[in-house]
Amino acid sequence: MRAYADLLEALVYTSARNGKLAILRRYFEETPDPDRGWALASLTGDLDLKNVTPSMVRGLIESRVDPLLFRLSYDFVGDLAETASLIWPEKADADAEAAHPNDLSLSAAVDQMTAVKRKEAPALIERWMDALTPSSRFALLKLGMGGMRVGVSARLARTAAAELGRVDVGALEELWFGLTPPYTELFAWLEGRGPKPEVKSHLAFRPMMLANPLEEETLDRLDPGDFAAEWKWDGVRVQLTAKPGEGALYTRTGEDIGAAFPDILDYAQFDATLDGELLIMVDGVVQSFNALQQRLGRKKVGKKMLTDHPAHIRAYDILFEGGEDLRALPFDQRRARLETLWERTQPGRFDLSPLVPFEDWADLTEQRQSLRGAGIEGLMLKRRDSAYLAGRPKGPWFKWKRDPFTADCVLMYAQRGHGRRSSYYSDYTFGCWRPAQGDTADEWELAPVGKAYSGFTDEELKKLDKWVRAHSTERFGPVRAVEPGLVLEVAFDSIHRSKRHKSGVAMRFPRIHRIRWDKPHAEADRIESLMALVE
Amino acid sequence: MAKSGPKSILQIRPEGLYCAPGGFFIDPHRPVHRAVITHGHADHARPGNGHVLATRETLAIMQSRFGAIAKKGGQAAGYGETVTIGDARVRLVPAGHVLGSAQAVIDTDQGRVVVSGDYKRRRDPTCAEFETVPCDLYVTEATFGLPVFRHPESAGEIGKLIRSLETFPDRAHLVGAYALGKAQRVIKLLREAGYDRPIHLHGAMRGLCDLYQELGVDLGPLEDVETGKGARRDFGGEIVLCPPSALRGAWSRRFGDAVAAFASGWMTVRQRAKQSGVELPLVLSDHADWDELTATIRDVEAETIWVTHGREEALVHQARLYGLDAEALSVAGFEEEGQ
Repeated sequence: MRAYADLLEALVYTSARNGKLAILRRYFEETPDPDRGWALASLTGDLDLKNVTPSMVRGLIESRVDPLLFRLSYDFVGDLAETASLIWPEKADADAEAAHPNDLSLSAAVDQMTAVKRKEAPALIERWMDALTPSSRFALLKLGMGGMRVGVSARLARTAAAELGRVDVGALEELWFGLTPPYTELFAWLEGRGPKPEVKSHLAFRPMMLANPLEEETLDRLDPGDFAAEWKWDGVRVQLTAKPGEGALYTRTGEDIGAAFPDILDYAQFDATLDGELLIMVDGVVQSFNALQQRLGRKKVGKKMLTDHPAHIRAYDILFEGGEDLRALPFDQRRARLETLWERTQPGRFDLSPLVPFEDWADLTEQRQSLRGAGIEGLMLKRRDSAYLAGRPKGPWFKWKRDPFTADCVLMYAQRGHGRRSSYYSDYTFGCWRPAQGDTADEWELAPVGKAYSGFTDEELKKLDKWVRAHSTERFGPVRAVEPGLVLEVAFDSIHRSKRHKSGVAMRFPRIHRIRWDKPHAEADRIESLMALVE
Repeated sequence: MAKSGPKSILQIRPEGLYCAPGGFFIDPHRPVHRAVITHGHADHARPGNGHVLATRETLAIMQSRFGAIAKKGGQAAGYGETVTIGDARVRLVPAGHVLGSAQAVIDTDQGRVVVSGDYKRRRDPTCAEFETVPCDLYVTEATFGLPVFRHPESAGEIGKLIRSLETFPDRAHLVGAYALGKAQRVIKLLREAGYDRPIHLHGAMRGLCDLYQELGVDLGPLEDVETGKGARRDFGGEIVLCPPSALRGAWSRRFGDAVAAFASGWMTVRQRAKQSGVELPLVLSDHADWDELTATIRDVEAETIWVTHGREEALVHQARLYGLDAEALSVAGFEEEGQ
């Protein structure tokens, strides 16, 4: 555990990418199997130890530490594993040497956390917590709960492993979803001691191609003739692999969500791998993202859900057809293959995302501005000659979101932030006016419509924090209620009806656009004007 | 505010904490007629007061920082010496925070109040050790008033710096440290660990290091980074002390690929240390950690604890769990949550 704890520490304090790669490479070189494989899995998010959960860790701490002291500490530190590792009270009478198993190996920890019965897991973790140093406690909890926050993406961790064997990271990524931790076969191959691992599953996830946001000034440097445009749908980007009689559905990070969408897999009667948008569609109309939200994250899905919220795939691209790898072909050719496949098979629950014809950038800009269609987030621009590449290469694909909506809202509550922002009131709940409920005729009250914690500078944060402190009316733990008086111009991507929110609407991705120090709060927007924006 | 009893001795006024029977302020944040200053840090010692009572060392520090102590002069009190001001008898006793730092012990016919100023309990080779004075009302700081703050042994932290010098013998080691107290303590701890090479100083560190030496704290050989015009030397493998703000400033560029270290109690929390752009965090604090704070509020045997400066809420809660009458001074009028 010591070596792994040192690894995490070194990664946190090294900001340069090359520095991180060097640290990881050295760790992989110096650490034997299977420990290094478990470490790699923990960094790529492929280690799933179900017995160690945040709520269990919270429970353990609260059995030892006063709950208020824990809450205040957690608010300040902002990370559960770190709070737990620091706050854990050392047992004064513990026989330190006998108990300190800093030689607890990573694989022993993983094995025991996997094998332990759920009921006995807390006792196991508690024993280790007592015996380990704070830094190793942190490592243990990170290992158990995941969510490392050491500034290493899954791709960077895989890149370091690939460098160990001087192989291209693309080659490793290709294999990745067919491999399982602790990756002993993989390391044997990378060190030249074994053959390249065979990826057995032909339903494996393939790394997806992502777009960069378009900065409008870039447009002038691009030739409209080089690009195809298509709508960017407001759903979940997915990859579908279908073979006769079987299939798999992945999110763009490779998470398998097939079990929640049996309707999609039933209709996917063709032999291909597609890139598309997962949507909910009723009578040919794309439903709001909220409707899709209902079906995400379910292990099983009931009959009523399947009928009320039918899933749909709108295809953008094709990666494989009948075992043939199409990814090196230019976009235009892949598009033609996709259209042919679709015409031939006409699968239900599928359609093609249409290309958007345009004359020049001015024309496309206009189309984007007039765009108020259901379920459309904006436009995608794809170079017609672009191959389908893993990751987010700069240049071939751009996303061009439509301009957000804005509304003038009144600040109602402010909550303290976490970590760096723990001494500031940095999370803001705001509302719009509506006629007062009850029979107080002609009176108006505020109803909360959303919460935002981004979109302002550090300087503005200081001013907001000061304003909150000077105008608070009540305190509830980390939250302060403030008197109506400050108008926030809030930007948001879309707005939906919501039963869970008192105001009846919920914003998607709200952020502070401007702080209207100048605007009288009585002139902020009314709920009814937000209702008019519901699609 | 209470009419009688120890709580009647202190009042919160816009200028700061006021001792009514004595007619003086303790560490006022605006100029006042008469002030007692616990130590030389800028948030406690400010220029422009009428009369100032402080230790000899604190007066010297104020003199060197402001060029003047007070309009009508400073009065030096040795540790343990009693000075009568109005109806109060004031005694300064060591706080263990920085050189000259003191707790103000105030005796009146309503009882005894101790205002801690900033303090720590652990050994510091550059200043006198904290002294426990039983009292009726204790005003404590709470900079590190959360149970996640348990400062490790300082020798171990200095060991990290020395090991890093061995690991990266070609890289300069920039150590960010507050110019008053922390810088001299880091130097002294290095000397105790056997490091006898010259230590290099940013211009802002020189004055107080010299003052410490004059006041009898031997810091060994010190050299200025800026010697002569545009002097450029290779600082590979050397230790350079600078104010924390200089770690990432243009000044630091001359050292090339330096190791950035920061000696501060805040370095306990990883994400904080990371956000300050530090590669080598050294958990060295001149403030009491959670264990020291909670021990102190019991050791002083006071019935009432007032908490100020920092994370009051947790320490107030803990004090109440001990059965003490505890209050955050922010509730009584302060509203400060900075670091």
